[in-house]
Amino acid sequence: MVGSTAPRVSATAILPKPALQRVLDNLCQSGFQLIGPTVRDGAVILDAIRNISELPIGWTLEQKAGSSHLLRTHSTDYFGCPVGPHSWKRYLFPPHFDLLTAHRNSHGWTFEPARDDSPPFAFIGVRSCDLHAISIQDDVFVNGAVSDPHYARRRERAFILAVNCNTAASTCFCTSMKTGPRVLSGFDLALTELPESFVIEIGSEAGSNVLAGVDWQPASAFDLGRVTQIMQRTERQIQRQVTTSDLPQLLYDRIDHPYWDAIAARCLSCANCTLVCPTCFCSTVEDHSDLTGTNTKRTRAWDSCFILDFSHVHGGNSRPTVKSRFRQWMTHKLGAWIDQFGRSGCVGCGRCIAWCPVEIDITEELSTLRSQGAR
Amino acid sequence: MAGDAKPRLAVFKLASCDGCQLQMLNLEDELLDIAGKVEICYFLEARSQILDGPYDVALVEGSVTTEHDVERVRDIRRNSQMLITIGACASAGGIQALRNMQDVDEYTRSIYANPSYIHTLSQSTPVAAHVTVDFAINGCPISRQQLLEVLTSLLIGRAPQLPTYSVCVECKRKGNVCVLVSRGIACIGPITQAGCGALCPGFNRGCFGCYGPMESANPDSLCHRLAMRGIRRAEILRLLNGFTGWAEEFRSAAEKLEKTSP
Amino acid sequence: MSATTMFEPAAIADPMLPYPAVVRAIRPETYGISTFSLEYLDPAAQAGFAPGQFNMIHLPGFGEVAISICSDPNTPKVMEHTIRYAGSVTRAIGRLRVGDTVGMRGPYGNPWPMQLAEGKDLMIVSGGIGLAPLRPLILEVIHRRSSFGRVLLLYGGRTPQDLLYTGEFEKWQDGGIEMNVSVDRADETWKGQVGVIPMAFYRIRLDHRNTLVFSCGPEIMMRFVIYEAMARRIPKEAIYVSMERNMKCAIGFCGHCQLGPAFICKQGPVFQFSTIEPFFGREEF
Ligand code: SF4
Ligand code: SF4
Repeated sequence: MVGSTAPRVSATAILPKPALQRVLDNLCQSGFQLIGPTVRDGAVILDAIRNISELPIGWTLEQKAGSSHLLRTHSTDYFGCPVGPHSWKRYLFPPHFDLLTAHRNSHGWTFEPARDDSPPFAFIGVRSCDLHAISIQDDVFVNGAVSDPHYARRRERAFILAVNCNTAASTCFCTSMKTGPRVLSGFDLALTELPESFVIEIGSEAGSNVLAGVDWQPASAFDLGRVTQIMQRTERQIQRQVTTSDLPQLLYDRIDHPYWDAIAARCLSCANCTLVCPTCFCSTVEDHSDLTGTNTKRTRAWDSCFILDFSHVHGGNSRPTVKSRFRQWMTHKLGAWIDQFGRSGCVGCGRCIAWCPVEIDITEELSTLRSQGAR
Repeated sequence: MAGDAKPRLAVFKLASCDGCQLQMLNLEDELLDIAGKVEICYFLEARSQILDGPYDVALVEGSVTTEHDVERVRDIRRNSQMLITIGACASAGGIQALRNMQDVDEYTRSIYANPSYIHTLSQSTPVAAHVTVDFAINGCPISRQQLLEVLTSLLIGRAPQLPTYSVCVECKRKGNVCVLVSRGIACIGPITQAGCGALCPGFNRGCFGCYGPMESANPDSLCHRLAMRGIRRAEILRLLNGFTGWAEEFRSAAEKLEKTSP
Repeated sequence: MSATTMFEPAAIADPMLPYPAVVRAIRPETYGISTFSLEYLDPAAQAGFAPGQFNMIHLPGFGEVAISICSDPNTPKVMEHTIRYAGSVTRAIGRLRVGDTVGMRGPYGNPWPMQLAEGKDLMIVSGGIGLAPLRPLILEVIHRRSSFGRVLLLYGGRTPQDLLYTGEFEKWQDGGIEMNVSVDRADETWKGQVGVIPMAFYRIRLDHRNTLVFSCGPEIMMRFVIYEAMARRIPKEAIYVSMERNMKCAIGFCGHCQLGPAFICKQGPVFQFSTIEPFFGREEF
């Protein structure tokens, strides 16, 4: 079935692994900038790629609280390496973003929206937890009463090539958060990696189109059975369990619990956890003016509830202590988020656990708080 | 600084390497604009002309290490409406404050042929230990952007906005991979104030604290964790006892660490 | 959202983009506090506002601040903002002159529940600059005085010099507002009451089944107001408070103004007390 015909939406195809290059080429030719996982500085990060050889082939991750190490394996899997410190929010909600410029002339101030010239992105290798994280940020930026046009533009134009995880890290807990490991919706294409081929689910017209000219076959019942097997194996690999049924009340009942002091003694308020989290969306807005004050650029930058200035109020600070800032993060992420958006702010990706310099593990802190009772 | 006359600026140097003043000269694109906006009255690094005080703004580089420095810094304070320290030396005592924990006489005897010519105080101290400081720009050297931000804010009349959060925030915004988590490299970025643009971690090195302690710094927790990871005590002490080692938070963490077994 | 388009999506106006507004008047209120009348240069930018809402005022180079609108909602073309010179932005606003421009966007936020208030007795309790977001409500009540029952204003300040809008009090009184103004301390020139706001409650008889309490002021004051009101059997559902937090966007993006599950910019600043009770007044929350 090589050639011009492409599989229909919601069909499943199988293609030899190297044929993925053709898919990437098609995306490039359609004008997408491909962003995918690649190894740099001892970690899998997300960056511009063009070639399958840039994927973290033959790498895996040994990860626990406070440490994340890449290891060589004999595997030839393209997508065998679980998530690194970057997440897709870097591209949809960039760490620094110009919002507008202001100019002063003799009539006063005029305001000019900044232009975002970014190309459309094709995200290669989005895992189920991260797909949920994107949809959680959609809740914040586009599904509410007011929509952020900058996020909306990048989001609407993004092509999503998702992958079903065939390997989980010890920090993963998507099964508890009901966000994985299998991708169910919200993708253009979804891959499951078998040793020699990819089984591909077509999620959209755009997904179908990029398979034109690619060497594909309809997936057989046997192929689909192997996908199911792989997903069951991954699910078994996920050891970390988090109870969520008593949230958010569990946290609301412990606002004044002394255990927060014990966490604060360890926490550095360095903000790493919030910045690696794929759902954390807080930002600050800053003015940068020239020496004369006639031209000002207004930019939005990633902020964090761990940063003191975040909770500045006039005449003081509403969360002056590290304890109150950690409590805010965890109570929001695992608790208040449910009241705000109808689902948890945590997708169980494990990033905050791995990338905390002092090994603070949100899942452990939650069970400790639970075991200590309401206060 | 809303008046019509150009504000009068002076740049002074105490015990220091001139690197921070150089950062000012390195503001190539903006230097002419600055010169047009302020009257540079005293800046020996750039020009020999000296105009007497009083000054609206004094930038002070360097730490106080001699009796003469003490006199000068008092004099500067008397002559300046606003005193801003620039750099780790002026703001925290500098690398030369390492001697504060040692016997200075012994140093002078072993280094100088004629130690009797050396008149030095036993400690190198930040300017704020002697006079009131209105604002401190940290860093070794200071960042040009931060200097520009401070000058701009003074010119247009608002408070300067320099980050007091951790270096980690800069690392994460830039997309640097954490050297501590991924490779176990000793790094004190999580307790150090941002401002450098996460320079060292960007080159696969650990941060060694040029910008001094961050807001609500928690060095004890970090040091404990670094030690648990198997990083040698001497290595952690080397990071703490750097350019801002005399800053209270780093100094007391180092002192506590000294008391533990190596 | 898997439908991928290579086309530029139709540009939506950026809700973060301010519109130029001109300073029409500046009225000094008390030391360090003035009221600025602002009007959008482009009349199309004006959308009208409801009592209790706020605008974001941007002074380029300095930043943006959330400021309650304190003028009459029936004349929304020129909106008044009572500003205390407390930070970099507000101090810079304080240096503006009539005819200067600023950036402005808004109005934002959940207003006082005017419709619910109809036919009810209103107990308005406020301290210091907290009277600003209540002034549009007072002016609106005076316009439609017969639509409401008894309307009481309990207003307090630390000293007589801390009271706002004192020049209007007589008009308010004539407009049918029962005025109870008190200060914490005063010299002998002060003819009014001395004592903290909650004490004023003791002098007042309330019909707890038919009263709404509207309060804005320091959180500590509102805590006492709530306590006193509930002690008089006014249900939590009938108590409304206006909250304040740092805000960078006013549209739910920046995350700064969260109080438990609430975004103060969206669900607030005016809250029915029962909806935020578990999170109200919690230490460092
Ligand atoms: S929990 Fe860990 S990563 Fe997060 S602020 Fe605290 S020390 Fe930093
Ligand atoms: S809270 Fe931690 S585990 Fe949950 S989504 Fe954020 S980074 Fe991942």
